[in-house]
Amino acid sequence: MTVRMSMVKALNTGLRAAMERDPKVLVMGEDVGRLGGVFRVTEGLQKDFGDGRVMDTPLAESAIVGTAIGLTFRGFRPVVEIQFDGFVYPAYDQIVSQVAKLHFRSQGRVRMPIVIRIPFGGGIGAIEHHSESPEAQFAMTAGLKVVSCSDPNDAHWMIQQAIASDDPVVFMEPKRRYWETGEVDTESAPQGLWSSRVVRPGKDATLIAYGPMVKTCLDSARAAEADGLDLEVIDLRTLSPLDLEPVFESVRRTGHAVVVHEASRTLGLGSEISARITEECFYSLESPVQRVTGFDMPYPPSRAEHDFLPGLDRILDAVDRARAF
Amino acid sequence: MNPLTSHPGTPEVPLVQLLTPTGQRVENPDHDFAGDRAEIESLYRDLVMTRRVDTEAFALQRHGELGLWPPALGQEAAQVGSARALRPHDFAFPSYREHGVAWCRGVDPAQLLGVYRGSEMGGWDPADHQLALPNIIIGSQALHATGYAMGLTLEGLVGTGDPDRDSAVIAYFGDGATSEGDVSEALDWAAVQQAPVVFFCQNNQYAISVPVASQSRVPIVQRAAGFGMPGVRVDGNDVLACRAVTERALQRARDGQGPTLIEAVTYRMGPHTTSDDPTRYRGAAEVDEWRAKDPIERVRLLLEAEGTPPEFFTDLQAEADALGVHLREACQRIAEPDLAVLFDHVFAERTVENDQQKAEFVAWRDAIEGSVA
Repeated sequence: MTVRMSMVKALNTGLRAAMERDPKVLVMGEDVGRLGGVFRVTEGLQKDFGDGRVMDTPLAESAIVGTAIGLTFRGFRPVVEIQFDGFVYPAYDQIVSQVAKLHFRSQGRVRMPIVIRIPFGGGIGAIEHHSESPEAQFAMTAGLKVVSCSDPNDAHWMIQQAIASDDPVVFMEPKRRYWETGEVDTESAPQGLWSSRVVRPGKDATLIAYGPMVKTCLDSARAAEADGLDLEVIDLRTLSPLDLEPVFESVRRTGHAVVVHEASRTLGLGSEISARITEECFYSLESPVQRVTGFDMPYPPSRAEHDFLPGLDRILDAVDRARAF
Repeated sequence: MNPLTSHPGTPEVPLVQLLTPTGQRVENPDHDFAGDRAEIESLYRDLVMTRRVDTEAFALQRHGELGLWPPALGQEAAQVGSARALRPHDFAFPSYREHGVAWCRGVDPAQLLGVYRGSEMGGWDPADHQLALPNIIIGSQALHATGYAMGLTLEGLVGTGDPDRDSAVIAYFGDGATSEGDVSEALDWAAVQQAPVVFFCQNNQYAISVPVASQSRVPIVQRAAGFGMPGVRVDGNDVLACRAVTERALQRARDGQGPTLIEAVTYRMGPHTTSDDPTRYRGAAEVDEWRAKDPIERVRLLLEAEGTPPEFFTDLQAEADALGVHLREACQRIAEPDLAVLFDHVFAERTVENDQQKAEFVAWRDAIEGSVA
């Protein structure tokens, strides 16, 4: 059955399905209960599942993740919400020093099936600390898995798959896409969580993106059609582990790769993807891998974010640069 | 630094003490140790064995067999007294110095050595001993304990009146850890939730070199009131008092009456770790003052006065010696870690990248070994 809904609603129905399926699934975070979360992703869950399974926590990010760790020792599967991207740093220690390492330290005896939901990225005119893209800091941490959804159907399924995973998953939700609607197929078998996907086939260059930039890249590809350019767009979906085979396959055909993300350039995901494309596709490349990213500065005041964030013009310029090489 | 005068301007909180340094039993209106002589002998055995583990491991480090060791010398009573108050189905979250707790939870002391030899990252299966792995990041385990305790509540394992069901958690940390935000967050949330957790702070007077008065303006026990839970300050070198106080706090927790903060006032007789030089930050007179409060000696004096036969002590000495031999031999037998195997433990669900890097490493190592052979 296909239903049209927003990403917020798709996440909500996904969470609900996971909680109905497994009584060990808990939802925890600041304001996730009565309010339903500041973005309403958890709306109605406390009413239906009770305040034992949908917990309003103190305003303490380290505690939210730290207590989730203790709950996993009793077999629970906590889904914790970090209210905004820029608020995750007080929990950083618990995430990278504890969540990421306990399976390793215990030689596989302790499992950490925790999902850490983080609304991330800019483009909504927010004040500081509300528009950041810290995904690379988690993707570079061995022991964590990091994914990002880009549309409602993926949001609905990926959140359920992340909860079902026995590994800890940092789940990056593109908040500027929260209110965009799309078709959600609530019955068909979902795509594997750890696989990227070609969202638009093309032959002239490959755009590689995830989360909020997938739509921006699709918009760019549509705009490029006017110039007779046929751009392929790949949604990575999984940032750690990366599923780059579809990217390699694509770049071998197109000869040009452009990686797009909102996060700052230096040591962002684009650095790794660019290196891997170079390693795997060197003889197929007709130009160096291009990166279109945020700049290496703290996230700017929102009235300047339109210049900071990759948009159609910068993406298409990068495509032109690559093709003119 | 005398802990009883270490917080200038703040009224001191009395210590619960049931056994003086000279081996005299004393009464306390709120806390009582009801065990018989056999029970005290059993506690004494744990104290002696814990000290033997510690001194043996210290020596192994000095012989180059361990890279590091954090000694628990002087803290045996706090650890044994509190851990012996746990029931088998209770759960403990230690820091990295709780060798006596591990002993009481049935962990083979040899399993403590691997981490400090550099051969492994954990040591035992937490589910086998109801004891989490040693935690080196200061204070973070207080939150894990709180989460576990919340889980007990959710599962209905608190306040049922059935002693086989009702369960509690204990979190161990030091005085320095109380400066960490995680400990405050844990105390706060546990109190709000009325979670069945006991926070057991071993105030051993120093966070490496920084004395407790430089970490806390008030005696640590006084923080309990601010978070909304009872606080008990106990003589941490008195195994009977530590046992009694912890037992009562754990029972409160199991009964559904919420958390307790225990401050066990003790002293780290040795260095912070084998890399530390405590003579740079504390004087001999202070150490001597605490040596007179030794947690083991006072129990020996009590037992001798109560009529424990001399054979008990000589038998125990032989048992401790045998444990020393076991530790030395077991240390030599600890397997070298195999990096190829370690790849397998990064994730529960293996990844392509993980497998690729493992294959890359194994191929490289095989090639090197082939060329050497």
